[in-house]
Amino acid sequence: MAYPTDRRYTKEHEWVSVNGDIATIGITDYAQHELGDVVFVELPKPGAKVEAGKSFGTVESVKAVSEIYAPAAGEVVEANPELQNTPEKLNSDPHGSAWLIKIKLANAADVNALMDGPAYDAYIADKAASA
Amino acid sequence: MRYLPKSPAERQDMLASIGAKSIDDLFSSIPERYRLREALNIPGPYSEAEVIQYFKARAAENSVGYSSFLGAGVYNHLRSVITDTIIQRGEFLTSYTPYQAEITQGTLQAIFEFQTLMCQLTGQEVANASMYDGSTAMTEAVLMAERLTGRTRVLVARSIHPEYRAVLRTYAKNCGLRVEEIPYTSSGAIDERALQAALTNDVAAVVLQSPNFFGAIESAESVVDKIHAAGALLVVTVTEGVSLGLLRPPAEADIVAMEGQSFGLAPSYGGPFVGVIASRDKFVRQMPGRLAGQTVDTQGNRGFVLTLATREQHIRREKATSNICTNQALCALAATVHLALLGKEGLREMAQQNHSKAQFALSELTKIPGVKRNFDGPFFNEFTLEFPRSVKMVNAQLLRDNIVGPYALGTQYPELTKHALVCVTETTTRTEIEKFAAALRRALEQPL
Repeated sequence: MAYPTDRRYTKEHEWVSVNGDIATIGITDYAQHELGDVVFVELPKPGAKVEAGKSFGTVESVKAVSEIYAPAAGEVVEANPELQNTPEKLNSDPHGSAWLIKIKLANAADVNALMDGPAYDAYIADKAASA
Repeated sequence: MRYLPKSPAERQDMLASIGAKSIDDLFSSIPERYRLREALNIPGPYSEAEVIQYFKARAAENSVGYSSFLGAGVYNHLRSVITDTIIQRGEFLTSYTPYQAEITQGTLQAIFEFQTLMCQLTGQEVANASMYDGSTAMTEAVLMAERLTGRTRVLVARSIHPEYRAVLRTYAKNCGLRVEEIPYTSSGAIDERALQAALTNDVAAVVLQSPNFFGAIESAESVVDKIHAAGALLVVTVTEGVSLGLLRPPAEADIVAMEGQSFGLAPSYGGPFVGVIASRDKFVRQMPGRLAGQTVDTQGNRGFVLTLATREQHIRREKATSNICTNQALCALAATVHLALLGKEGLREMAQQNHSKAQFALSELTKIPGVKRNFDGPFFNEFTLEFPRSVKMVNAQLLRDNIVGPYALGTQYPELTKHALVCVTETTTRTEIEKFAAALRRALEQPL
């Protein structure tokens, strides 16, 4: 599949979509597929600071617990409340309703350094080829 | 699990196959200066006959024919031979951690039943597979509250078992927890005004014990709303589980930490005991230790597995909720068998007997000139008396009459040197109580 071009991607398979200085962060369809059935999502509370490249939460699936890394630095303004009771949404709608957190970016330009849709497509294809 | 001896040749083969020259090579990652150079200072080896002789001599040191009025966190209760018979079955006694569900259904089911019983007793929604003992359970409950609230200040009643508080201080020292103690009142219960004053919105947990170390029953109901209003969690510690046969369960607590020794475990040398942690379902992922869960297999049959193991350190070491990575399986099994044998009615009757006999002892002992009741709050099977002289002196006298006297509270509370914590359980007979009263009267009549 071609990944949406309206957002950026990390090598750890998070996506980030920017609107003004607010960034919405989630995990990619590739990530949810690799994890398998998600049973629990642990997210930071509003007000918490996240650092680029550092873990800000965990996603637990029936197979594993994985860290989620912040694509950029900022302060959490909202954590998706839906995921507390319906973590399985991460499997069904990872790019939409199952976003993880919204942060106020410390520096909006940070996101531009990340992969765009076609670059992430290539990155995934490369991973699939080497697997 | 079998233990296989190895010949020197086999050891050499094993070393060679991993490229090590000697056993010492295996410890090369430990810096030289931390390695023990001299031989261990232990006796032996002994022959079988010598070992038997040694243990017979130790067994002969056991005292028989004494009456005990000592409780203070360890309780002498009736135990059935059925409990020992069941826990000594090889399938339970020697089995390893039940990681492989397909070969450990018996152990897993026993743990699941234990968890269920602990939930019923504590009025909580989820209990773990057990902790080492009550003191570590209480400390883990505090650490759990720290994770849940993101706060580091902890208010602990001074009427909590002093050794439990010492364990908490040990943990707190190096993990940034600030532990403050809240005094007790003349009833023996926590000073609610002092608690209220200390209860600001940086408090992670308020920790109470009920019945507390002085035997007094704490009323968590009256403080729980204030604790929650400050955004803190209420941790209730129980050292005498039998009390729950009579008292309302601490359902208002956010976390209950309990010692399960009273359920089928002999006081022995002070262990092994079994700790319990129970809490609300919504906090389960911050719970320390192991959990057994019920599920269905591929054919739809009921089965049991370890669950939520991703919180444990053998899966995610640095992110684990606790450094505990086992449970007290055999002791938890003993508690499960014991409680199953007693049943709800049996436990209630046992608890009632504890309370009635303790009431009788209180009335007999306070007839003695100079003996006063201290802390006048309601109690279960322990109460505090004030003697006209040091409790340790009195106890030395009592011992000559084959009576193990009450706990001398001055051991841990410098302000209470004349205060004695008397424990009476269902095992104490009326005759023993009367003999104790007579011996105490004589001891206090002795010139100083």
